Amino acid sequence: MRGLQWFNALSAGATPVSGLPNSLKVADGVLGDQPVRFIAVVTDPHNRFPRARNGEVGLLEGWGLAKAVDEVIEAGDKRPLIAIVDVPSQAYGRREEALGIHQALAAAADSYARARLAGHPVIALLVGKAMSGAFLAHGYQANRLIALRDPGVMVHAMGKASAARVTLRSIEELEALAASVPPMAYDIDSFASLGLLWETLTVSQIEQPTTDDLARVSDCLVQAIKDVQAGGVDLSGRLGAANRAASAHVRQLLREQW
Amino acid sequence: MTDLLNKHSFVELGARQRAKALLDEGSFRELIDPFQRVMSPWLSRQGVVPQADDGVVIAKGAIAGLPVVIAAIEGNFQGGSLGEVGGAKIAGALELAAEDNRNGIPTCAVLLLETGGVRLQEANLGLAAIADIHAAIVDLRQYQPVIGVVAGSVGCFGGMSIAAGLCSYLLVTREARLGLNGPQVIEQEAGLEEYDSRDRPFIWSLTGGEQRFASGLADRYVADDVAQIQQQVTELLQQGLPTIQRSRQAEHYLQRLAVLDAEPQIDPATVRDLYQGERS
Repeated sequence: MRGLQWFNALSAGATPVSGLPNSLKVADGVLGDQPVRFIAVVTDPHNRFPRARNGEVGLLEGWGLAKAVDEVIEAGDKRPLIAIVDVPSQAYGRREEALGIHQALAAAADSYARARLAGHPVIALLVGKAMSGAFLAHGYQANRLIALRDPGVMVHAMGKASAARVTLRSIEELEALAASVPPMAYDIDSFASLGLLWETLTVSQIEQPTTDDLARVSDCLVQAIKDVQAGGVDLSGRLGAANRAASAHVRQLLREQW
Repeated sequence: MTDLLNKHSFVELGARQRAKALLDEGSFRELIDPFQRVMSPWLSRQGVVPQADDGVVIAKGAIAGLPVVIAAIEGNFQGGSLGEVGGAKIAGALELAAEDNRNGIPTCAVLLLETGGVRLQEANLGLAAIADIHAAIVDLRQYQPVIGVVAGSVGCFGGMSIAAGLCSYLLVTREARLGLNGPQVIEQEAGLEEYDSRDRPFIWSLTGGEQRFASGLADRYVADDVAQIQQQVTELLQQGLPTIQRSRQAEHYLQRLAVLDAEPQIDPATVRDLYQGERS
């Protein structure tokens, strides 16, 4: 529900955008003094696809996100996009695989990436889980990632139970490893050490933001937009952390040998 | 029998041989080859033996004279999973190909996708690398085609199935599987009744190459034969950019999904009819 709470708080007074699946909350509002579009994926207990009722990113969500972002690109106004991220996972189900959920998520990633390349500042605000394919579709193509500092804010490739099964470990073994290997950890401070976040913020009530929380986050979003407008459209800002040194080293070698 | 003798299996080739097989004779040049030993900094501390190329081969060369970079994933190393180094090799190569195009060199890309997606031992760095790969495909695709090949036998899953969905063209064989979530994970998350990961005919009927092609989610369906795959890749490269990118058809797919009765559990024929109508 955090995603919805933050969406409601940030988009107070904004104009809701219609014609999208009920699991998407989209509104055109103002941040600082500029028009922006807010986008969130939320729970929908009546979702036609039963495996996507708890905020998962599924077929309708992937294609719907693409539509919501494409509308902004087509307007051609370089309006910033604010992706509010609280996505527990992609949808796991037979219907999803059969109908090509990978293609739906590709559409969302495609639209966010094209928006960024077209000069729309794309900012992702992580207020809850940002898991795996769901995050790749909703947030990970942003120019800047901002995370709230809270145990419930989490970026990861797979939930613990499944990760343990796939790597043939117990959950306890997995947790022990995660404590010593930063990219495997589930906490936001370990994630921050990888250099992928632009900023982390502490708020007083993450579940139900106060006026003060809202002001601090809004201000940070405005700063992020300015930072993008002054910089480039690529993701190079994510390289540079010691815990991601190999990523930079490989690129340097490729360039030398190209 | 004659057919068997005349065919050379592509699926049986390793990543490096696949890249060589697609490139014009003598044009293969590997970047960050295994002798440079750029390996995963994360695996050995977890008791996993790293590999000298981290399971990814980057090769420059030409196909029918066109400048190409190939990124080939080795399905036999850690299930073709992408960690920090292998992921950065693919992303970095695609980024340089896009830069080439901005400098007037029309480099295109071919991705040989045999991968389970993120390497869980490097979890968040694998995921970050895959986001970079998505970004780079969308960038390069503005200038030149990016061709995805899923030949088998690993298939293409996880975040890299999204990469496949971003490609300008996608080529599959009967051995190929393409899906977001691996069967085991779906079974774990949703239960045996939803998805029986041990029922291979069921898995292939939903996510196999033939079904993906028949549903319009792949562009070419080819036999497991080096010469035929080489020919199809060449044709697609020469075709240039597609008129409509599959991942840019939100309206179309939303409209198709809107008319689906999502209540009953789904079967392969329903998908083909829904997406392809009379063409299937």
